[in-house]
This record gives sequence, structure tokens and C-alpha cells, in this order.
Amino acid sequence: MTHVVTENCAGCRFTDCVSVCPVNCFHGDGERLYIDPVLCIDCGACIPKCPVKAIVEDIDILGSPMIELNEEKSAILPVITAKQEPLPGAEARRDALLAEGAA
Amino acid sequence: MTGSIAIIGSGPAGFYAAEALLNSGEALCVDIFERLPVPFGLVRYGVAPDHQKLKRVTAVFETVAAHPDFSFIGNVTAGRDVSFEELGAAYDAVILATGAISDRKLGIPGESLPGSHSATEFVSWYNGHPEFRDHSFDLSHPCAAIIGNGNVALDVCRILAKTPEDLASSDICDHALKVLSDSCITDIVVAGRRGPLQASFSIRELREFAAIPGVEAVFDPAEIDEASASPDEMDAAARMLTILKGFSHPDEPRKAARRVHFRFLLSPSRIEGEGRAERVVLSRCKLEGEAFARRAVATEAETELSAGLVLRSVGYRGTPLPGVPFDDAKGVIPSREGRVIDRDGETVSGLYTAGWIRRGPSGIIGTNRECAAETAEAVLADLRADRLTRDPSLRSRLLSRLQTGAAQTVNLAGWHRIDQMEQTVGAAQGKPREKITSVAEMLAAAAVNMPEPALP
Ligand SMILES: Cc1cc2nc3c(=O)[nH]c(=O)nc-3n(C[C@H](O)[C@H](O)[C@H](O)COP(=O)(O)OP(=O)(O)OC[C@H]3O[C@@H](n4cnc5c(N)ncnc54)[C@H](O)[C@@H]3O)c2cc1C
Ligand SMILES: NC(=O)c1ccc[n+]([C@@H]2O[C@H](COP(=O)([O-])OP(=O)(O)OC[C@H]3O[C@@H](n4cnc5c(N)ncnc54)[C@H](OP(=O)(O)O)[C@@H]3O)[C@@H](O)[C@H]2O)c1
Ligand code: SF4
Ligand code: SF4
Repeated sequence: MTHVVTENCAGCRFTDCVSVCPVNCFHGDGERLYIDPVLCIDCGACIPKCPVKAIVEDIDILGSPMIELNEEKSAILPVITAKQEPLPGAEARRDALLAEGAA
Repeated sequence: MTGSIAIIGSGPAGFYAAEALLNSGEALCVDIFERLPVPFGLVRYGVAPDHQKLKRVTAVFETVAAHPDFSFIGNVTAGRDVSFEELGAAYDAVILATGAISDRKLGIPGESLPGSHSATEFVSWYNGHPEFRDHSFDLSHPCAAIIGNGNVALDVCRILAKTPEDLASSDICDHALKVLSDSCITDIVVAGRRGPLQASFSIRELREFAAIPGVEAVFDPAEIDEASASPDEMDAAARMLTILKGFSHPDEPRKAARRVHFRFLLSPSRIEGEGRAERVVLSRCKLEGEAFARRAVATEAETELSAGLVLRSVGYRGTPLPGVPFDDAKGVIPSREGRVIDRDGETVSGLYTAGWIRRGPSGIIGTNRECAAETAEAVLADLRADRLTRDPSLRSRLLSRLQTGAAQTVNLAGWHRIDQMEQTVGAAQGKPREKITSVAEMLAAAAVNMPEPALP
């Protein structure tokens, strides 16, 4: 089992999730974050922190390519350990996602 | 900028404060003082022994501890072995991260009967806390009741419900495993005073009950008060309700040796029995108040549950430290952005707080990381503003007084010897570790070098 960041994170990246992760297992690029499934201890601290509900448990999206994508990307991208400035347009994107009911 | 910081308490809050300070880029040294000879607070003594994956967080704490400017000073109780005045004089800043190990009471008749305990006591016992190791629990009655609907209630329920075979590969202490192996318990009731929509436990923890070998979870959907719930509340609780509805109905014939009954809208009014707990009397509750802020209000109707073991799991509580401001109503050290404040709301210079003793006993391990990082920011801001001053020789004098004093202190190498010994003994039994449960034995293990492991 592990936790997985889904595509909702793209273009948003509030990184609120990072400040509560007890084991520093978030990795990311300029676009979005990924969780290292080897390090994640499944504590669930990050889920309520994400304003766009981008984080899910793998058992809720079984078969989704997102699971492998997190595994692959987290292995090559740098670890993000502290909250960063959200990407420009993040607020608007969150509002749009919330209006859509996706988040 | 240079500085030295004392952190009191080596739980998650203490370690995350140390992490933030040591990663700040400033030349700081951080000394963590711990009451016990061993570190990690509730990660060692709270987190359930069958949740080993979570215990891997200690690898992060060990990385922090490996920093050259970090020291662990175990077996030192702040406020007893060293006063807060002495600490305040010796360090630029003192961060109080002492947690909340004490328990809350229900305040009902019969609560102190033998057989009625706090979940805190039970947890500390099965996790081998030296102060609770010799407590005893009578599991000879077939029924047990757990009061409260938090994650701790589910932890203690799982430990009571699981078979000894299932627990044997956890790091549950041997003394507890022996008692649990002889348990006669067949039925455990988990009683919440509010409804399933208001339960405080998490979905992940509840879901586990659907698949524990030898255990059948039971729920009566009639206890969902759908009529008085708002659609938003129903939505928010949808996943919780799906899991509960997947459990057996109480009228179905028993499928497993142990049944766990999830009951709701029941608030305990008294515990009764001849010289020991034999039953709990609970009042039926109805919900009042706004959506997402409903309160349980007891009605005249009562239900009786037979129970020889009653565990109240209604929250932890912080305890005051001598000479340090304390908010007795909330059981926390009052603070603003991590800075301790006194009764008049003035900041107490050089004194900070983080973790459960700052926020109260809620939140999971990672919550303390965010909390402690904020506290560390306050310390750094004050150090940079040069608001704090001290005489550097006082710290070395304090440390050498402690190291040469009558009481033995435990440093990081000492902890690693204890850790190694626990893991070696545990491995022989197919467990991650067998905890040492007395302070004297911990001190002995910390002091000597490990003998070479015997060749097979
Ligand atoms: C039963 C239980 C199970 C839990 N399970 C989970 C879980 O599965 N997942 C999760 O994420 N979270 C879990 N938690 C929550 C988590 O343990 C807490 O959020 C966290 O431990 C709080 O950290 P803290 O540092 O504030 O306090 P603590 O962990 O309590 O650490 C405080 C430390 O201070 C020391 N201390 C106290 N007084 C003094 C003194 N005067 N001098 C020196 N040292 C002192 C104590 O000995 C202790 O080591 C659980 C909590 C409990 C109670
Ligand atoms: N696996 C995990 O992630 C894990 C495991 C253990 C602990 N933890 C965390 O540690 C923290 C502490 O857990 P906790 O279970 O002690 O606290 P909690 O979640 O606050 O639960 C306390 C429970 O006690 C009930 N309660 C309080 N007073 C009561 C009374 N007088 N009568 C009846 N019921 C009463 C509360 O009901 P009301 O809601 O009605 O007040 C609530 O259900 C939580 O944040 C928890 O998530 C996490
Ligand atoms: S909080 Fe959510 S959206 Fe923001 S970075 Fe984390 S996963 Fe992405
Ligand atoms: S579940 Fe916990 S360990 Fe895993 S990514 Fe989220 S915060 Fe980190």
C-alpha cells in the first residue's frame, strides 16, 4: 500500500501536503508532486491538507497508471521538504476544480 | 548567528523541532532532554505494535540525531533533575515538547472500580512503558467495553481482538502477549456517544476491521440517524458508512470467535459491579446542534452492557511543568506561534512549545512536523533579532553536572546499544524487537557493549 498524487496536483502545487509528511517522501518538478511509495508510511496526514483532493490511497485507484507514475517520477525528481509558493494561477485552478466537483 | 537550544521531550514534536533548527543553515547546537533512557515518545509508547510501517518514521528521527550538532540526553526529567531556570540560563532557547501522556476521566460513578481503566494505561502497558509495565488487566470476563470513538479506541480494540498468532509478529511486549493469549474475551463493544457520522476515527483504521483473522465486525445500520442528518453530512461520511454497512448485522449468526460491536449514540452514565466492573450502564443519546457541530445529549433511556473490562478512550491530557505557565482547562502550555505566554498574555522570553503539549492531544505524527517547524521559525526569528542572550559556559557546566551526577544519563550511543539489544532479542522470537521494559535494565544495556551475537 501507498499514497499516490493524482493529476489534480498539476498546475496547482500548493505544497501544503509537504509540511505534514513525517518522512519527506514528496518529490516534484515545476509542475506537480509525486509520492515515493517505498518511503511513504501510509499515515494519511497529507490527504486532508490538499486543497484539491489530489492525494488518494492506491487501493482506491487500482490499475491506474498514476501509481506507476508516482513510483517512476519520485525516483528521479528531487525531494521537496518544505512548503513552497503555489504556482501562479493555483487559486483559480482550485476554484475551478471545486466548482466542477472534481475536488 | 550561533546559538544553543534545549528541547524537552524526544517525541515527534521534539525531533521535528530539532530537524528544522539543524536544517536552518545557522550554526546551532541542539540538545534533546528525555525523561526516559529511550527516545521517540508516543511513536514507541503510543503507536500500536501491529502498525510497524508507521514506526519506520524513526528512521527520519535517527537521521536528525546523526547530525554532529545534535545531542540526546536521556534519563533526565526536566523540572526535577534540572530546573527550568537552569535550562533558561544555559540555553538561548528552551522548547517544551513534553506531550500529553496523562488520561482524561469520564467523571461517572464506578469509574475507579477494578476492571475499569483508561486506554492510556492499557496502551502504555502493552507497549512496555516502564511506568505501566507492572499494571494488570483481567481478561477473564467474556465481554469488554471501550468508551470513545477515536483512533486510540480502535487501536486498543484491535489489540484485544487479534489472535495471539496474529500479534506475535508485532513488537507487542512479551508480558502483554502472555496475558492476551489467555484472554477469555469473545465480545468487544466500541461505544460512541455521537453517531457514526460524527465518529472521530479514520476510514483507514475502521477499514482494517473488515479483514482481521478470527474477528467479525458488527454494526446495526438502524443506528445511522439518517432523518436528522444533512445531505452534506451524509456525503462527508459516505465512505465511513459504506465500511460500517459492510460489517455483519447483529442478528446474523456469529461467524468468528471474537465479535467487535460498533455501537453509537451511547454515553456511559455509570459502571457497576460487586467489588469490580461487571457492567456499564449507558444513556441513549440524541444529537442536537448544527450540522458538523452536533452534540450528544443524553435521554432518559438506558442500555446495560455486560463488561468485565471497561477501557475509557476519551482523550489524553497534558500535565503542567513546574514553574511553566499552564492552561488547566485545556491541559496545554499557552502559547502564540510557538512562544510560551503567561497569564497576562505576555511572551516568556526564551521559552517555546511544540506538539501535543502546545496544541492538545490531537493530530497524527506529521501534524507535529508542521507545528514544530512553526515553533522553530519563532526561535530562529528571535535569535536573529538577537532578543536572546546567555552565558555559553553555563551549558557546558550543566551538561557536565548531569553527566557526572549520581543518575546515569544516556547518550545517542547508549540508546543505540539498547536499540540493538532489543532488536537482537526480538529477532530470535521473530519480532521486530522485544522492548526492555525497566529503566534499570535500559541503563544497564546502555552502559555496556553488546556481546557478540551467538553463532548458530
Ligand atoms: C495510543 C496512540 C496511538 C497513536 N497512533 C498513531 C498512529 O498510528 N499514527 C500517527 O500518525 N499518530 C499516532 N498517534 C499520535 C502521535 O503519537 C502524536 O501525534 C505524537 O506522538 C505527539 O508528539 P509529541 O512529541 O507532542 O509528544 P510525545 O510523543 O508524547 O513525546 C513527548 C516526550 O516528552 C517526554 N517528556 C515528558 N515530560 C518530560 C520532562 N519533564 N522531561 C523530559 N522529557 C519529558 C516524554 O517521555 C516523551 O518521550 C497516536 C497516539 C496515541 C496516544
Ligand atoms: N492510526 C492513527 O492514525 C492513529 C492512531 C491513534 C491515535 N491517533 C491520533 O491521536 C489523537 C488522539 O486520539 P484519541 O482517540 O485519543 O482522541 P480523539 O480522536 O479526540 O477521540 C476521543 C473520543 O472520545 C470521545 N469522548 C470524549 N469525552 C467523552 C465522554 N465524556 N463520553 C464519551 N465519549 C467521550 C469523543 O467523542 P466526541 O467526538 O463526541 O467528543 C471521541 O470519540 C487523534 O488525533 C488520533 O487521530 C491516530
Ligand atoms: S497539496 Fe495537493 S495540490 Fe498541493 S502540492 Fe500537495 S498534492 Fe499537489
Ligand atoms: S501518507 Fe503520510 S507518509 Fe505517505 S505521503 Fe502522505 S504524509 Fe507522507
